Amino acid sequence: MAFWIASSPHNHNQAETSALMRLVTYALFPGIFAQWYFFGWGNLIHITLAVVTALISEFIVLSLRSKHGNKSTNKHTLSKQLFDGSAILTAVLIGICLPAIAPWWIAVIGSIFAVVVVKQLYGGLGQNPFNPAMAAYVMLLISFPVQMTSWQPPLSLMTVDLNLSNTISTIFTGFTSEGYSVEQLRADIDGFTMATPLDTLKTNASLGLTVYETMQNQIFGAHFSLGWEWINAAFLLGGVFLIFKKAIAWQTPASFLFSLFICTFIAYSISPDSSASTMFHWLSGGCMLGAFFILTDPVTGATSTKGRVIIGALAGLLVYVIRDFGGYPDGVAFAVLLCNMTAPLIDRYTRPRTYGHQPSITKQEEGK
Amino acid sequence: MDSIIQRISQGKFWPFHGGIHPPEQKKITNEKPIRQLPLPKQLILPLQQHIGRQGDLLVKVGDKVLKGQALTQSSNPMAVPVHAPTSGTITAIKKSAIAHPSGMSELCLFIDVDGEDTWRKREICQDVSQLSHQQIIAKIANAGIAGMGGAGFPTHIKVNTKPDINFLIINAAECEPYITADDLLMREHSATIVDGINILDQLLNPAFILIGIEDNKPQAIKALQQATKSLEKINVCVLPTKYPSGGEKQLIKLLTGKEVTSGTLPISSGIVVQNIATCFAISDAVINDTPLLRRVITLTGQALAKPQNVWALLGTPVSYLLAQAGFTRQENTPVANPPVTNPPVIMGGPMMGFSILNEQVPVVKTSNCILAPSKTEMPSAFDNNANEVECIRCGQCADVCPSQLLPQELQWSAKAKDHQQLAKLNLFDCIDCGACAYVCPSQIPLVQYYRIAKAEIRQQQQLDLKAEKAKERFEARKLRLERDKIAREEKHKKAAAARKASMNKKTPEAGAAKSAVAAALARVKAKKAAGKQDSTSTATNNEETKSSSELPIANDEALDDKSQVKAAIARAKAKRLAKSTAVREKAVTNDEETKSSDELLVADEEESKQSNSADDKKAKIAAAIAKAKEKAKAKKAQATELAALSSEQNSEQNSENSSATSAKADDKKARIAAAVAKAKAKAKAKKEQQSNPQPSNEEIK
Amino acid sequence: MINILIAIIVLGAIAAFFGALLGYASVRFHVDGDPIVEQLDALLPQTQCGQCGYPGCKPYAEAVANGEAINKCAPGGEDTIKKIADLLGVDVQPLDENHEQNSSLGHGPTVAFIIEEDCIGCTKCIQACPVDAILGAAKQMHTIIIDECTGCDLCVAPCPVDCIEMRPIAETTQNWQWDLNKIAVKQID
Repeated sequence: MAFWIASSPHNHNQAETSALMRLVTYALFPGIFAQWYFFGWGNLIHITLAVVTALISEFIVLSLRSKHGNKSTNKHTLSKQLFDGSAILTAVLIGICLPAIAPWWIAVIGSIFAVVVVKQLYGGLGQNPFNPAMAAYVMLLISFPVQMTSWQPPLSLMTVDLNLSNTISTIFTGFTSEGYSVEQLRADIDGFTMATPLDTLKTNASLGLTVYETMQNQIFGAHFSLGWEWINAAFLLGGVFLIFKKAIAWQTPASFLFSLFICTFIAYSISPDSSASTMFHWLSGGCMLGAFFILTDPVTGATSTKGRVIIGALAGLLVYVIRDFGGYPDGVAFAVLLCNMTAPLIDRYTRPRTYGHQPSITKQEEGK
Repeated sequence: MDSIIQRISQGKFWPFHGGIHPPEQKKITNEKPIRQLPLPKQLILPLQQHIGRQGDLLVKVGDKVLKGQALTQSSNPMAVPVHAPTSGTITAIKKSAIAHPSGMSELCLFIDVDGEDTWRKREICQDVSQLSHQQIIAKIANAGIAGMGGAGFPTHIKVNTKPDINFLIINAAECEPYITADDLLMREHSATIVDGINILDQLLNPAFILIGIEDNKPQAIKALQQATKSLEKINVCVLPTKYPSGGEKQLIKLLTGKEVTSGTLPISSGIVVQNIATCFAISDAVINDTPLLRRVITLTGQALAKPQNVWALLGTPVSYLLAQAGFTRQENTPVANPPVTNPPVIMGGPMMGFSILNEQVPVVKTSNCILAPSKTEMPSAFDNNANEVECIRCGQCADVCPSQLLPQELQWSAKAKDHQQLAKLNLFDCIDCGACAYVCPSQIPLVQYYRIAKAEIRQQQQLDLKAEKAKERFEARKLRLERDKIAREEKHKKAAAARKASMNKKTPEAGAAKSAVAAALARVKAKKAAGKQDSTSTATNNEETKSSSELPIANDEALDDKSQVKAAIARAKAKRLAKSTAVREKAVTNDEETKSSDELLVADEEESKQSNSADDKKAKIAAAIAKAKEKAKAKKAQATELAALSSEQNSEQNSENSSATSAKADDKKARIAAAVAKAKAKAKAKKEQQSNPQPSNEEIK
Repeated sequence: MINILIAIIVLGAIAAFFGALLGYASVRFHVDGDPIVEQLDALLPQTQCGQCGYPGCKPYAEAVANGEAINKCAPGGEDTIKKIADLLGVDVQPLDENHEQNSSLGHGPTVAFIIEEDCIGCTKCIQACPVDAILGAAKQMHTIIIDECTGCDLCVAPCPVDCIEMRPIAETTQNWQWDLNKIAVKQID
């Protein structure tokens, strides 16, 4: 009688990477729903486009890469790799980040870039130094600034009724079925182009207006920023769910939000006229999305607890600096990429003290 | 120190980093008492059941052994004896599969059980406190007790230490899921265990005795508390359930807040940790004179119909235990291809146990569980790590690592075989607990990678050590050869000087006393030498004749050896028969001839220098056996050497006579040199002919 | 003219100053590096097999330090060549064909073994062994100290009766490499 041989441990908690990826994707649903509620069908269409493109490009690259391997085992692993959820998650994140009425090819190019260049060319899952979704977003923002900043106002402020068919035709042709252009869609009743709250704040600050005056703009709504605040709240909800499920480490978002709070609080206390409040920073732009879904990406983040805290704090600082002093209205994507770069270094210097080892020679000497 | 006790009594501990909570599954077996099994038909006792060395056998096949009789012994302190678990007959001593993850075979004793279960004579110890430390330690050592928790460190070494022991920690945590062997042992034999702890107390005299036990064993805790009520020194510490709190280092941290410095044993921090089952065995051994013959083992898992804890004799094959527990095995039909493999059977717990290769594997001193899981219960035990995907650096492994390592980084370095980086990341502080692999969402068999890396590093270290040793030996050898050479030269010089001196003495003496005889002798010698010289010069083209005719004295002596050598050569020839060709055979005879001359040379002490150079040449010849060309060259060299030899001999003989003959000898020398030159030329020319004359050598002899 | 002179003097002074500084530093902070031969010797496998054509590893290390090809060490293989190349800062070369490991030895480490009934006690192997790992005397049976044998197979050729063979080191539980996939699932009953 022969027995099956396996290595210990023989038990496993049955967690799977693909399940983890799926869970994160599900946690994005409240935010996506809020986006749909305030900005219409645009992001949903972009998400669909991005997912399809990502899967196709992932399939092509994976089959190219597995050419030299064993054929029989590859069939199995290829489909497994394709549907491990990482490509889908990346695509969904790209779709969420794009302006709702950006042209279709923006989503496609972004998706291909994220999967092929940022992820697979670096060695596939687990090997990419940068977050694929954010790298693609930054690439798009730099390459296609016009399309990437063509944010529409929330539906409630729009003069044109942006229904599903209108959105589709805008995304694919640049005009609604009634013939309105993207520029016209973005205009308010008075014909002025409306931007995102962050954008508006930045523009107005350069014009010399105080934050208070700026906040009177209808785009900010009753609280901090119309629509955006609810979207951010929804992402926060999804993020808390992930923390509750232990899918992500709580240290990163906590440290990020705290760091942003410190920066904005200091700035707000010094000059309330030129600085927005903490709540505005927290609930506008991609803040919550970045905090809970982008920065916590394990592949590109730090692995140690200390490292996560440092990465979060650094990202918070960078977001504040870019938003208040930089050239772009929202800095989450840039902050994330910069943090990705520092992650290996941070990991190297935040290695925990192994059991039975002295902390370090210098500390030992101090103790004496 | 008091604060530690205060904290413990408050139920506060120093938590260790990480840890996991796998499904405990202890309910399967912890409701039933320990079952006594009927005697199995056959026992298979591996000679080595623990860390250290195996002992020397005391019995042979066919011997009748009594229960408790020692079967091995050793003077090595790291060896503990093995005893016959019951009476019977030794039927075989051969290699058999042992309880090791590799499934390899080691030497085992096979005992056919006679069913009588007859004990050897035992001496019950009435009062342990009368025994000296040495007596107790000897009893423990002779009882063959090795740590019963897992590693199997010989217990008598662990308890025989320097006096200042701060903590004696009794490990009753049993943190591995499924296993309840210690739990049941504590419930049923708490008094004996406490006796064992008292013996350890007597030996080690620690400041504190702490029993670490997880809170998932309420009945065992109660039993221990009951048994230790009257003993102030013993503290039963109830720990929160977490895997791996039963790891030695983790338990020490939990109970004392201290960490064992990496690379040292707990003893260096004044801490001794003993397993609870070991305490039971110690008590049995010291008081009842019962060596370690049996142990409690948990038979569990959903593939078993009757899971239960049993008392198993050491050496009981797993097949017998499985049959007792109602394991449904899949029979192999002869046509099944590939052969049906049964579901895994794991020796040890699900976290650190190893799957055994076949059912012949016996129970040993360290086996505490036989786990036969069903596929629904433990799917990952069946899939052989096929689900491994890339690491996504989620860091969950680092979060659960009880040694605070970075498993994900270790994994990369292990895959890349970057041994330096692995050392930097403290790979050797990994305790193989498997927590990282348990939580890994990418299902990477992390522990397996570490084990391979550890084995590789250990082997590399051994190779390095070996290389260092080889280097030393090589250098030493070089030095020795150098020294020998100088010594030999010195000796030669002395010998030459002595010869000269004796010659100077001899000549006048001969002239004064026995001039007539001396003259006659001189004449004879001169004649002889002259004749020989002639023969030498004429026979230079046939060096075989020369070599044998020149050294006739040694030839006699060599004959004895020759017969031996011939016999060996005959054997060698027989061996080579298959590939024997004409060239090859010639080579052999050539070899033989070389040897003959070697032996002759060796016989003559004065010519040791030549013998040495001949040896060198001999080596050369041997190396060139197959190549005819080089053979010829070597021959030629030999001829030269022999010629030189003869000249020296001649000169010696001549100089013994008189100055006149010595002058003549000089003359002759010159002639010999000329002859040698001629011979060289001829030898070169007659390459083919040189293989022919060998047989003549035999004839001349 | 004066300007030129000033420039020359100033530059000269600076050069002298820094030269002195460098000179001082080189003396003050002099590091006694391992001589290159020692480092090379440490990289070599120390089998003392002589397959490189030198009578041992140290002589080969000396030769490499003096410009000998780095690809002659058969027991060390590609690994050692790579390390030597790293140390010397030269290109990695493939193992010299003339020095490739004798393929009949198969893979894995081996040790010499004397078939004792065939041994005639000729001491030839003892003289050939570079690490004195063979025990014996003239006309006495010889044996190999396995722990000391480097597996160089230099003793095989000199044996007149072919009683030495190279045997692979058996894998035991002590040196097992945790290769679970290699465990043959064999039928016992």
